[in-house]
Amino acid sequence: MMEDSLVLVERFDAHPDSRCWHVAWNPTGTVMASCGGDRAIRIWGKEGDSWKCLSVLQDGHQRTIRRVDWSPCGTYLASASFDATSCIWKKKNDEFECLTTLEGHENEVKCVRWAPSGNLLATCSRDKSVWVWEVDEEDEYECVTVINSHTQDVKDVVWHPTRELLASASYDNNICVYKEDDDDWECKATLEGHTSTVWSLAFDPSGQRIASCSDDRTVKIWACRNLDGPGDMSWTCVCTLSGFHGRTVFDVDWCPLTGALATACGDDGVRVFKEDQATDPDKPVFSLVAHISKAHSQDVNCVSWNPKEAGLLVSCSDNGDIALWRYKGGQE
Amino acid sequence: MSGEGSSMLANANPHIFQRSGERLWTASDEDEDVHDPIDDREIFDLIRSINDPEHPLSLEELHVVEEVRVQVNDADSTVGVEFTPTIPHCSMATLIGLSIKVKLLRSLPDRFKIDVHITPGTHATEDAVNKQLADKERVAAALENSQLLEVVNQCLSTKSL
Repeated sequence: MMEDSLVLVERFDAHPDSRCWHVAWNPTGTVMASCGGDRAIRIWGKEGDSWKCLSVLQDGHQRTIRRVDWSPCGTYLASASFDATSCIWKKKNDEFECLTTLEGHENEVKCVRWAPSGNLLATCSRDKSVWVWEVDEEDEYECVTVINSHTQDVKDVVWHPTRELLASASYDNNICVYKEDDDDWECKATLEGHTSTVWSLAFDPSGQRIASCSDDRTVKIWACRNLDGPGDMSWTCVCTLSGFHGRTVFDVDWCPLTGALATACGDDGVRVFKEDQATDPDKPVFSLVAHISKAHSQDVNCVSWNPKEAGLLVSCSDNGDIALWRYKGGQE
Repeated sequence: MSGEGSSMLANANPHIFQRSGERLWTASDEDEDVHDPIDDREIFDLIRSINDPEHPLSLEELHVVEEVRVQVNDADSTVGVEFTPTIPHCSMATLIGLSIKVKLLRSLPDRFKIDVHITPGTHATEDAVNKQLADKERVAAALENSQLLEVVNQCLSTKSL
């Protein structure tokens, strides 16, 4: 039997009359940034027992803001927009100012993420490309590579937690994994298996595995045996979670502290899966340990584990809401 | 989303069908105390008067939409609509599907999950069109394109029946 171990902590209207596409914790887990169809980024901090909007970042983008990501130092915020640009915001005291706008993609930018080193940034777009940008000490951003390994819209890019390794997910149903090779980024593996758009990716805390979620209503776990080898990498699907989700799975996040896997689904549900410890590492088994079927009144677009507080999960929805949840199975 | 106009009609000579009659009202329809679940006919009434992008005709008159191809489950908050392009290579299929989807998104309560598909076997690229219509990110981005939005709004503008 599944224990009901996901408890609502707080819920608030983050982007009124709009869609909340994404919410991201800062590296210390004390502040959140959210973005949405209202073309605004909102910064949230805890005052007393509840979360309050600390500032609203407007005028950076002309269209929907699809994604926000904090730099590893927590001083910068990157945003990706349907207006084909990404903005870099810098925190000064309690204000954020737009430092620079990264241009180059032909159309909607779907995702932007900082590498763990903070020196590289990746963006992806409906123009089918993934761009890697280098950051120097003067806050200058330079595109170092444009990778065209996908045949369609690229939905997500994600960095390996410790190595300079990048993965992307696409409308072409595939996942690509890239490594730097002689100053150039190259696709070293194409992971085929999903039967529709792959919406989001997450590395596990060790970086040995990737979780992917898809419009085919499944989540897949992929494992790599030769992460450090010189040639192509070999990734295999070691587990498929099917039959759990009622519609498109839009997001997946692997908790760096507890190893729990959370999903955001178009059926309005938030789910948490946990790996059975006794199983063969080559054939892992994941069990559904918590499920809130109506976590939001509309599609859930994003789930994100707090990086410092084990079991604290945030989700956001098409109805503009953000909800915070406490996962109680985290300390067993 | 494709939405470019063309001087060449995709189908210059379509079949035209008769419109259905008005809905028959019953006593319980007018009783405010009776919960009226949203039904197939109500959804059909929302979409049947959508204008075809290239003919001065409604989607109902071209049999692009039919009441039998509407599936509503009010309790589960789901609406499924299948539409039938007039010819298998119709370049307007995505635009027609988008117009149906936008009409339903604007009209129905937010709780509904709306799926718009091409009637199986009636279009050369039905999988590609269906995938595009099902991708809410691409639909959202398309609707921020003012030119495309204007074309959709023209399809949705009411004309006298």
